[in-house]
Amino acid sequence: MFRPRGVVTIALVCLAIAAPATGQRNPFAGSVKEAKAGEYEFRINCALCHGLGAKGGGRGPDLTRAQKKHAHNDAEMFQIISTGIPGTAMPANGTNGQGVGMTDEEIWQIITYIHSQEASASSKPLGNAAQGKELFFGDANCSLCHMVNGKGGRLGPDLTGAGAGRTREALIDSVRNPSRRLAWGLNEATKEFPQEYESVTVVTADGKQIKGVTLNEDSFSVQIMDTSEQIHLLEKDKLRSFQKSRESAMPKYGPDLLSDKDLEDIVAFLASVGAK
Amino acid sequence: MNLRRVVPQWSIMFLAALLATQASAQVTSDRLVNAAKEPQNWMTYSGDYSGRRFSGLDQINTDNAHAMVPKWVYQVGATGKVETSPLEVDGVLYATGQDDRAFALDARTGRPLWMYQRQLPADIRPCCGRVNRGVAILGDKVFLGTLDAHLIALDAKTGAVRWDSTAADYRTGNSFTVAPLIVKNLVVLGVSGGEYGVRGFIDAYDADTGERKWRFYTIPGPGEPGHDTWEGDSWKVGGAPAWNTGTYDPATNQIFWPTGNPAPSNRGEGRAGDNLYSNCLLALDADTGRLKWYFQFTKHDEHDWDATQVPVMIDAVGRRLVAQADRNGFFYVIDRTNGKLISASPYGKQTWSDAKDSDGRPTANKNASPTLKGHTICPGALGTTNFMAPTYDPQTKMFYVTARDQCDIFSTAPQPYEPGHAFYGSAYFPSDEAEPYLGFLKAIDPASGEIKQKFQHTSPTWSGVLSTAGGLVFSGDAEGNFIAFDAASLKPLWHFQMGGAVYAPPVAFALDEKQYVVIAAGSALYAFGLP
Repeated sequence: MFRPRGVVTIALVCLAIAAPATGQRNPFAGSVKEAKAGEYEFRINCALCHGLGAKGGGRGPDLTRAQKKHAHNDAEMFQIISTGIPGTAMPANGTNGQGVGMTDEEIWQIITYIHSQEASASSKPLGNAAQGKELFFGDANCSLCHMVNGKGGRLGPDLTGAGAGRTREALIDSVRNPSRRLAWGLNEATKEFPQEYESVTVVTADGKQIKGVTLNEDSFSVQIMDTSEQIHLLEKDKLRSFQKSRESAMPKYGPDLLSDKDLEDIVAFLASVGAK
Repeated sequence: MNLRRVVPQWSIMFLAALLATQASAQVTSDRLVNAAKEPQNWMTYSGDYSGRRFSGLDQINTDNAHAMVPKWVYQVGATGKVETSPLEVDGVLYATGQDDRAFALDARTGRPLWMYQRQLPADIRPCCGRVNRGVAILGDKVFLGTLDAHLIALDAKTGAVRWDSTAADYRTGNSFTVAPLIVKNLVVLGVSGGEYGVRGFIDAYDADTGERKWRFYTIPGPGEPGHDTWEGDSWKVGGAPAWNTGTYDPATNQIFWPTGNPAPSNRGEGRAGDNLYSNCLLALDADTGRLKWYFQFTKHDEHDWDATQVPVMIDAVGRRLVAQADRNGFFYVIDRTNGKLISASPYGKQTWSDAKDSDGRPTANKNASPTLKGHTICPGALGTTNFMAPTYDPQTKMFYVTARDQCDIFSTAPQPYEPGHAFYGSAYFPSDEAEPYLGFLKAIDPASGEIKQKFQHTSPTWSGVLSTAGGLVFSGDAEGNFIAFDAASLKPLWHFQMGGAVYAPPVAFALDEKQYVVIAAGSALYAFGLP
């Protein structure tokens, strides 16, 4: 839900006072110069996943939204950048093998930069969230494959946090062009990149065809969830055929299937869920 | 050289084992020079000085590899990558883990004999993980380069610190991740820190005392040849680290050591020139560290294409060669007596070069430089290959290397140098339009530069590669599998799921007439053998 800005500010102040840790105040808060330094650090360490300008890449959420899913103040942002987010692809500082380890000062610069980007972000939802909820669980058939707050299907990614982590533009693009950027699924802590939601069609030794998405795959085995949410564990050398596709299992929702207005409503619904 | 054609493998093994037991349990300079003659031990980073990572053992072979089983697992007990290439000497295995852990294990059981962990300052600056690629051993000591840029000697029997030498200031970004190389009585290693604008160097220390015997700065100072390949003062912070283990040619007393990217890695403005000796293969006199020759793979690099791949000595058609599969996407064969290029052949997707200079060296095209806005260049910043150790199999006469096809958007932006701060000059991103990253194990024929076989992994891997006299090639994958391939066809004959991604190379040794193959995956070491 959208909250008036004043409430957020009060909440942040309370949290800041409540935070016991010393040295967890951003020494650079509001500094344009440090935000600029933070932009370089961001490019080096964060943009690989979170995109240029912090607007979200293929795998990392958009950070230009003032309300973030995992961090509610600077101290929590510092903590997350330092130690990562368990169960997600967000690594601890200096452990991702891609960027370099950052000093405390550099982390504060990045936080300062992210805040500077929030000011320029303009992706307020335009639609009607209540209407969007009806569509999501009804006529638009989203919930056949996607879950929000525990309700819905399992074939596609859970969208409970999608509204908090993606811009309106990114959400619209994902619905209109679902294959352009496949969503990231299973994340293994020591693997470079998470598994993608690739579509797969296999024919088993006894001639049975299975279509679905890969939950996990290596060179010798594959775990597939089929379109009726059944999970199949298969050894590749025992299959008659195995075909992967970078076409998303999600149908392409063009304006003929889903009007611009309905889409805006669904986006508003997802944003309202994510704002919690 | 094909050992099997000279004398049966096992007779060599037993003879050497007998001699080793009788002589002493200590590694000597002579044993290292002749390491290929005692394949039951793995005494130096690449197995022997040739850099081939080829094991003369053939007990595990194409006929029985399918029956391999795990023998033991050792949990390092820390998070992060394990990049270690273990050593094994007369029943004891020496390896390293995250945060400068070093340990000795009973190589038959994986049970620890001693463990050491360095107390690191809180403000070290490891570039790419708190990693280490292994120790070196000589006499009664093992040698560990540390993340705070010290070289320390540990007692091989207890792990106690015998001496501790400071090589450089870690606060300006110097660190060691490399496995040192023993040459005679010297411990040779190169610095990491190309991402922090260090001035790279290769050092040699007296193994007994820890006294530094020579240093070769990989960026020439004022008045030295090559200094004019740097603009203004850019040489002072020009990078050119030396963070992967080189090789040694006893015949010519030369050390071959590769160097890394110039700094800042993604910005060439401000350091106009070739930027010697970044991205080079260097031939250094082992006694003095003096430069004998150099070959530069990527001049004035703007893509972070460190040439820090293991140089592999190959003798073919009566010539003494050194081969290197470079991060820039080309496979180079060089005359190791004089540094002259013999051939350069692409072995993966690349878009930066479509011409060669008069020496046959691939040259950058007009679209090769990063821009402020960024544009797509192949290979990506991680390169066609990276630090993962390759192997040369003298039986198949093939060079096997872990490779990837990946393109990135390279961008550049001005960035002032600040001591101890990351110094990239901007960065790289995966391209939206780019194809998915592809990972391979490739077999390259050094004679022609052609790719003769390849195996496609599910995703790119950081595993090194080992070949053995049993007709096998071993490697791991990012999904956690350890795989035995038929060296001739690269068809998998066996695999085992280890439950963690591989960032390390395999090694092989034998004890009690039983061959072992060991590799790190996740945060553990795994030993495999026959039932």
